[in-house]
Amino acid sequence: MKIKRIGVAAIALAAAGALVLTGCTSGSPESTDGASSSAVITTNGSEPQNPLVPTNTNETGGGKILDSIFAGLVYYDADGAPHNDVAEDISTDDAQNYTIKIRSGLKFSNGEDVTSSSFVDAWNYGALLSNEQLSSYFFESIEGFSYDEDSELTGLEVVDDTTFTVKLKQPESDFPLRLGYSAFFPLPESAFDDIEAFGNNPVGNGPYMLDGEDAWKHNEKIDLVVNPDYDGPRAAQNGGLDIVFYATQEAAYADLQGGNLDVLDAIPDGALSTFQDEFGDRSVTQAAAIFQSFTVPDRLAHFGGEEGKLRRAAISKAIDRGEITDVIFSGTRTPAHDFTSPVIDGYSEDIPGSDVLDFDADAAKDLWAQADAISPWSGSFQIAYNADGGHQAWVDAVANQLKNNLGIDASGAPYPTFAEVRTAVTDRSIQTAFRTGWQADYPALFNFLGPIYATGAGSNDGDYSNADFDALLKEGLAETDLDAANAKFQEAQEILFQDLPAIPLWYSTVNGAYSESVDNVQFGWNSVPLYNEITKSE
Amino acid sequence: MAGYIARRLLQAIPVLLGTTFLIYFMVFAMPGDPIVALFGDKTPPPQVLEQLRERYNLDQPFIVQYFIFLGNIFRGDLGTSFSGQPVSDILVTTFPVTLRLALMAVFIEMVAGITIGLISGLRKGGIFDASALVVSLILISLPIFVIAFVAQYIFGIQLGWFRTTVGPGAPTQDLILPAIVLASISFAQIVRLTRSSVLETESQDFVRTAASKGLARRRIVPVHILRNSLIPVVTYLAVDFGVLMVGATVTEGIFNVPGVGRTLYQAIIRGEGPTVVAFVTVMVLIYLVVNLLVDLLYAVLDPRIRYAK
Repeated sequence: MKIKRIGVAAIALAAAGALVLTGCTSGSPESTDGASSSAVITTNGSEPQNPLVPTNTNETGGGKILDSIFAGLVYYDADGAPHNDVAEDISTDDAQNYTIKIRSGLKFSNGEDVTSSSFVDAWNYGALLSNEQLSSYFFESIEGFSYDEDSELTGLEVVDDTTFTVKLKQPESDFPLRLGYSAFFPLPESAFDDIEAFGNNPVGNGPYMLDGEDAWKHNEKIDLVVNPDYDGPRAAQNGGLDIVFYATQEAAYADLQGGNLDVLDAIPDGALSTFQDEFGDRSVTQAAAIFQSFTVPDRLAHFGGEEGKLRRAAISKAIDRGEITDVIFSGTRTPAHDFTSPVIDGYSEDIPGSDVLDFDADAAKDLWAQADAISPWSGSFQIAYNADGGHQAWVDAVANQLKNNLGIDASGAPYPTFAEVRTAVTDRSIQTAFRTGWQADYPALFNFLGPIYATGAGSNDGDYSNADFDALLKEGLAETDLDAANAKFQEAQEILFQDLPAIPLWYSTVNGAYSESVDNVQFGWNSVPLYNEITKSE
Repeated sequence: MAGYIARRLLQAIPVLLGTTFLIYFMVFAMPGDPIVALFGDKTPPPQVLEQLRERYNLDQPFIVQYFIFLGNIFRGDLGTSFSGQPVSDILVTTFPVTLRLALMAVFIEMVAGITIGLISGLRKGGIFDASALVVSLILISLPIFVIAFVAQYIFGIQLGWFRTTVGPGAPTQDLILPAIVLASISFAQIVRLTRSSVLETESQDFVRTAASKGLARRRIVPVHILRNSLIPVVTYLAVDFGVLMVGATVTEGIFNVPGVGRTLYQAIIRGEGPTVVAFVTVMVLIYLVVNLLVDLLYAVLDPRIRYAK
């Protein structure tokens, strides 16, 4: 009896399998077409790494969503220039005391009013030590901020519903430039009742809002619809935004090719050489606010003092940046001409001293020989990098060029993971040169200089210190005129070119593409598409 | 039988403890500080780092962390991911997707593999057998990501028969292509396995007896040959199901399947200890159960195998 059943079952299974297969293959095309009846933009993203609280989001997966559902005091246009959004006027006489007026009558998508308290309370929440917010350091220049204990930002004062004042610890002329960053977004009062629930279902004041309670389908996607209450310069030109989370860039690219995605802001390495042919004028390649370098700390043998200066200059001149960006990155990086990025207001290609970045093998040999006269070189030169980040190719290329052009032993020193190399860099146990990079938080020259090269700065991984440089930064920060401030910062860069605390390599570019059904796709200064401006044909 | 099952379940306890300890140790011993990595190329103030380490118990010695974790598990608390989601919620949303994918893949490889393997075995040396051999050899020798990319490109992008990746909610029709890809490699194994098993059974005495007493071929093949050839195949299928259940990282990544494999991969990349350990613990459980079921299945298929005391 049993025997019979198995035989029959096998045949039945085979038949059913055949039916399922044929049935589904003919059925699937219709099901994909049926979805796109309204003009909602579909784009790529990744599962936010943290709850969607503006002061606790420091990565692009969550940042992209927050920028869409919140409006800050200012926003940045495609060129990185700030314009007022919620703010009506931001004024200062001394770059230290600011008076901020916001537009009246603005609302969060839950109906709460946007008032000056919405900002002051949100900033205080973000800055408080015990709240453990990842972006708390953005508030460190406001009076009252402390890393050691819970303390109120005493520099913030609510004047009335639409006015508040900010007092900084010292003059910082680029403070208004920062105000478009997500850490400075306002929060509705209801957020503080249960910040955890809020992080899962945030309520903002931006051009979009979450599409209902369960809009965030974890690890899958988040659906945003147009916020009808938003009345500002970033009004949405489309019906909404579906951000689909991908674990790999390859999957997202396949979806763009397969017509399931409208806008893609990352092209996988494997497609970098072909995507421009495939998408033609629907492909985007644009410089990003990302600066790549490697740092040779003073403390390494032979890299201190005058000898170190000569050796760094020799190394810099021995690298043919153009060749590497062409051959290894197929043009998706641009050779560096300074320590910032071309998308930043005030950027200049020809700062005096920047010729140290030009390839010149003879000059490099000569500089290296001068250093050898001080103290003869011994050992090998190594550049540490994380092997999980696609860095091996360029590090090896740089090492090869150093080997050939300086006649020294040079190689890469791979660490298995990003966490590992960062840990070694942070606790200063690393005994080689190491890869460094910087992605700007807000579009300002100072953001590329102060946090990395100022004496004792948080990300000064090479422990660089130069009093003249520090002084110029300070002078720049005290200027109330942006151009005058930038002039000081460029002067400060001249010092960096002499000292080379990091050897500039190249700027990253953002590579993206979009489908035929969308138009007006522009990428912002931070390499994220300006989604609200995209239009889509039905 | 009941005693046997009870004994096996008891044995599972030390296995589970041992594996979770090893996994926890490996995650902990992974060099590099995940909290530092959370900040990218920027170096956060040390006070902020300390606070965060404290929140995730990373400031405690390893063995303390392990017992905190173990204690929480017994209270049904698997911890929270960095994004503030309870890990148990992530499990609840991802496992059903992977379960469906695994079931579909096993179904496809079973039906296709056994059918083709049977025909190959019965017509040994024929054109069908030869071509089945070539196809299965090709499939076995190709890495799965090659099969996945090629299938995605041809059937998803060029022909448009399937959605290129799995859409929101992982609808079943979107899972067909990844299921076929996952099935392809095991399918080839099953073809080879069934074929050789059929050949072996065909030469057995009871098959010749059946033929000589005048039974029709269409009765001998399914009843006498196929059933007795299935034992190794069923074992293979069950083990394969276990493997698929614990997530097909590569395939799930390529087709963006919101399942166990992709989630685990992302958690490893981000250094999310709690998520990784919780997932692997559940995987170990599944594997133990599947293995027990396989052993029990033997007895059902082959009356000669008995589990006494």
